[in-house]
Amino acid sequence: MSKSRQVLLSPIFNDNPIALQILGICSALAVTSNLYPTLLMCIALTAVVSLSNLFVSIIRNQIPTNVRMIVQITLIASLVVVVDEVLKAYDYETSKTIGVFVALIVTNCIVMGRAEAFAMQNGPWLSFLDGLGNGLGYSLILIFVATIRELLGAGTLFGYEILVLTQNGGSYLGNNYMVLSSSSFIIIGLFIWLLRSWKVEQIEEPEFQVARNNLETKEAGTRV
Amino acid sequence: MNKNDTLFKTLFVGITLCLVCSIIISLTAVGLRDQQKFLKQKDQQSKILSSAGLLTNQKSIEELFMAIEERVINLDTGEYADSLDPKSFNGKKFESEDYSKDPLTSVQLSSDIDISSLKRRENFIKIYLYKENNNIKAVILPVRGLGLWGTLYGYLAIEPDLNTIIGLEYFAHKETPGLGAEVDNPRWKSKWRGKKIRSSSGEFKIKVIKGLINPGSPEKKYQVDGLSGATITSRGVSNMLAFWLGELGYAKFLNKLKEEIKKEEALNV
Repeated sequence: MSKSRQVLLSPIFNDNPIALQILGICSALAVTSNLYPTLLMCIALTAVVSLSNLFVSIIRNQIPTNVRMIVQITLIASLVVVVDEVLKAYDYETSKTIGVFVALIVTNCIVMGRAEAFAMQNGPWLSFLDGLGNGLGYSLILIFVATIRELLGAGTLFGYEILVLTQNGGSYLGNNYMVLSSSSFIIIGLFIWLLRSWKVEQIEEPEFQVARNNLETKEAGTRV
Repeated sequence: MNKNDTLFKTLFVGITLCLVCSIIISLTAVGLRDQQKFLKQKDQQSKILSSAGLLTNQKSIEELFMAIEERVINLDTGEYADSLDPKSFNGKKFESEDYSKDPLTSVQLSSDIDISSLKRRENFIKIYLYKENNNIKAVILPVRGLGLWGTLYGYLAIEPDLNTIIGLEYFAHKETPGLGAEVDNPRWKSKWRGKKIRSSSGEFKIKVIKGLINPGSPEKKYQVDGLSGATITSRGVSNMLAFWLGELGYAKFLNKLKEEIKKEEALNV
């Protein structure tokens, strides 16, 4: 696999920012109750992370090391404002619901994390691909979560009725828990479980092991 | 020491970056402003039309909105305030919200009368009249008030008898999706049609109740089903109507308008 292909594809399953690095969870909880706003949020984040990686990488040799984080965050914040303005100008309806979360992309750990960890050391093209890959990895999880939440919570997908709710005269009783943000924790957890059963190398080493209850017999044995 | 870490270089990078970023942001903001304003206005117009049940797919929103007359009214006297141009009457979110912040153009509400947690109420507000052949067919009044998580902003449309509701449509709120946000559910919105605001003796009656209305109850024409799992939002909707249709809200204006409509009817007969 060529280097650029690897940089682009590895964050999707092998090194997923949400599932493996557990970064950027807050927006994954907040905007995933419906698919359409989630999709726009994914596009917004992917645009910000890939462009911020690109620009940081272009000027990486000029950035004084003691102010590098300030430079990165200034670039990221500017990009977020631009993305927010564009969203308001093309989809006002959705921007009303996700506007505040778009503004909060600035604080999303993935964006700053990739700028600091990858773009500061690599060339513009690779950095751009890395940003794109991480954006897609983030999007994969969000879309997975949103599909489950919208289908089970509201009985719809992209607003189209799939399961007719009882309050609309159908037979499906919407799961109110899926409507609340905390359900995303469980769905992300399930996703991580699925992913790690497939890619076993992602399972972390346990930090400590509980000692077994044979201490006494052992000691007794030595004493004898 | 790295060659980039000199004081000059640090200042140079900082200042250049700030300049470039601010220019890009300003250009985007200025370049997209008209488009944003247009969409925002269209969104609001569509909600106004939809509250009065006028939204159809055959005609564009602009075309439909031509039939709507915008008027500014004085809430204290209940009269039209024609010295204020409705076209330039534009607040940030709610058309008259900016006026409600200014002590010169608003009144403070004490906590016992402020049932919708507005804190201040503006003296001037823009309302919408839908006319056919110069006869009023619907009166559309902006309403707002606290729900569970924040203020709900919407439009209430009533029939020319000024006592029958046509519809209630919210254009901005922060309620929980699936629970309080069901105020946007078309099925729930359709329950408002034909409900009466006051009883024949003039007593204020309209209310969102807890649970479903009893179909045999004589009170049912004043009641709307509560939103299940959203008691506080439902209460917020009731309170908002009570406030805006009360003395501090549109009551004076509606009384004057009633006289006016009666006079016109008498002339037409």
